[in-house]
Amino acid sequence: MLTAQTKEYPLSAELQAKIDLVLESHDNDPTQIVGILLEVQDLNERHYVPEPTAYYLADRLGIPVTNVFDCLSFYSELSATPRAKYPIQVCSSPACRVNRIDTERLLNTLQNLLDIKIGEITYDGRFTLERTTCYGACDRAPSVRINGHVYDHLDSIEKIEALLRSLK
Amino acid sequence: MSTQVRFLTKNFGAYDVSSIGAYMNIGGFKALRKAVTMDPEDICTMLSDAKIRGRGGAEYPLGRKWSQARAVKGENKVIICNADEGETTTFKDRELIKNDPFNLIEAMIIAGFVCGATDGYIYMRAEYACYRPILLNAIRQAKNYGFLGENILGKGFDFNIHLYSGGGAYVCGEGTALIRSIEGKAGRPRMKPPFIKVSGVFARPTCLNNVESLSLVPHLLLDKDTYMNCGMGESIGTKLVSVAGNVNNPGVFEIPFGTTVRDIIYNLAGGLQHDREIQLIQFGGASGKVSDASILDTPYTYDDLRAAGVMVGSGGMLVIDKRTSVLDFLRMNQEFFSEESCGQCTPCREGNLHIKIILDKLAKGEATEQDIKTMGTIAKVMSMSSLCGLGETAQNTLQSAMKKFPEVFDLGGTQA
Repeated sequence: MLTAQTKEYPLSAELQAKIDLVLESHDNDPTQIVGILLEVQDLNERHYVPEPTAYYLADRLGIPVTNVFDCLSFYSELSATPRAKYPIQVCSSPACRVNRIDTERLLNTLQNLLDIKIGEITYDGRFTLERTTCYGACDRAPSVRINGHVYDHLDSIEKIEALLRSLK
Repeated sequence: MSTQVRFLTKNFGAYDVSSIGAYMNIGGFKALRKAVTMDPEDICTMLSDAKIRGRGGAEYPLGRKWSQARAVKGENKVIICNADEGETTTFKDRELIKNDPFNLIEAMIIAGFVCGATDGYIYMRAEYACYRPILLNAIRQAKNYGFLGENILGKGFDFNIHLYSGGGAYVCGEGTALIRSIEGKAGRPRMKPPFIKVSGVFARPTCLNNVESLSLVPHLLLDKDTYMNCGMGESIGTKLVSVAGNVNNPGVFEIPFGTTVRDIIYNLAGGLQHDREIQLIQFGGASGKVSDASILDTPYTYDDLRAAGVMVGSGGMLVIDKRTSVLDFLRMNQEFFSEESCGQCTPCREGNLHIKIILDKLAKGEATEQDIKTMGTIAKVMSMSSLCGLGETAQNTLQSAMKKFPEVFDLGGTQA
């Protein structure tokens, strides 16, 4: 089992080495858990921290695993459940939404092209549409944020289509 | 006519942000060299003379804050730079981090020197993770050049800077929540006292500042006169404002205090799209207050804006045209707080939820006069009894809208 007693984690040697590198870059400092989790999460193609990984991190950092899960559930940028390969985050703050025509076009186009609604995931697990609160790109609306990158000024259907095509 | 000035932003684009050498070529670290020859108390006095108020939104005088931090007894003091800019429509700190990272590092070292701190923490929101390498590089190079570490500039003081990442939680902009997050926990705020200036991160005395407040200090040390000559009345100097919404040219602008709101919106931000009419302007982010177009000729100063019923706050300005009704805007804003409340204390958790429900009822035409009264009461209770600043300020927008746009809440006695 995945407990601290057995010290056996079903992680590949390759993944373990990558996680160890992340830990090292944060000086194996348990107080940097949020930054560590953000980077470890990105090692997974589905952008989440699987349970064995959470146990492994807790063990390496010498903190209770509940501490890890508390962070995973508290911070909106972290996830304990699988997400899409490309989670498309759409800002739902007033600053973006008051640009009505552009925002509606953006949302409609995304929903039509992907054939999903906000909160749903495409059948192949590649895309999901998520609503988020402000990510600080109010001057670049309409925009979406995908895996930490902001794609801005998506004010035409052509631009939105080109963006989706570029995400392989 | 342009009313933009370049004091705080004069280094933008002037040097290669990846190179400390380039920064030193344009006069970088001169302010630090000057600061360490001065009496720290004189630096606090200078900040007080310039009447700098905290630029994160709370408007607490910076000179007084540093002076208090100096006076706290205790070992291993800490400087925190709050780069968790979560207020909607506020993105000025992003520009400072991106365009002038070394100035921020220099400012933190000066803060460390003045307050007698040994460690500095930069807490940067997860959404700005793409700028992490810029800051990490700046910290590393400053260390290599001896500006960080032990015995800085041979003055016998030690200071190190650590970069921490947020995880996408608006509440972590609040001091005690931010500190919990730096300690490696979920960022839930705690009761005060103890105040963070006495017992902050890892129970050490802590002085917490916004990116913009800190960034001002090196410039001020070198060129106080230019700053003191700007501004109007009690509001001396310049301010970064970030304008977004239905304007043609949204962005961050540095203005001398006293520029009119009209000038900011029409000259700097390019006016409204398709020359539409202004419905309302929200000042200072999601927890800011709102006004209608009657505020256009008000000079942008702390006192004038306060007299007009709004606040400078974080320096954000959200301009909304007539296509969005006041009620729709309030509902969008309320969604933000319902989402971001940490849920720990009842007034904020339940208050935000129930105000959202009542606003939705109002939009459907189902609200009663009692609902409106209840909403006003909840807003008042929240501001008086919430655990932290989030709950205290969450209803600023609603309360100011109730005053400014009473017709939206007037059911005209048609519904009992």
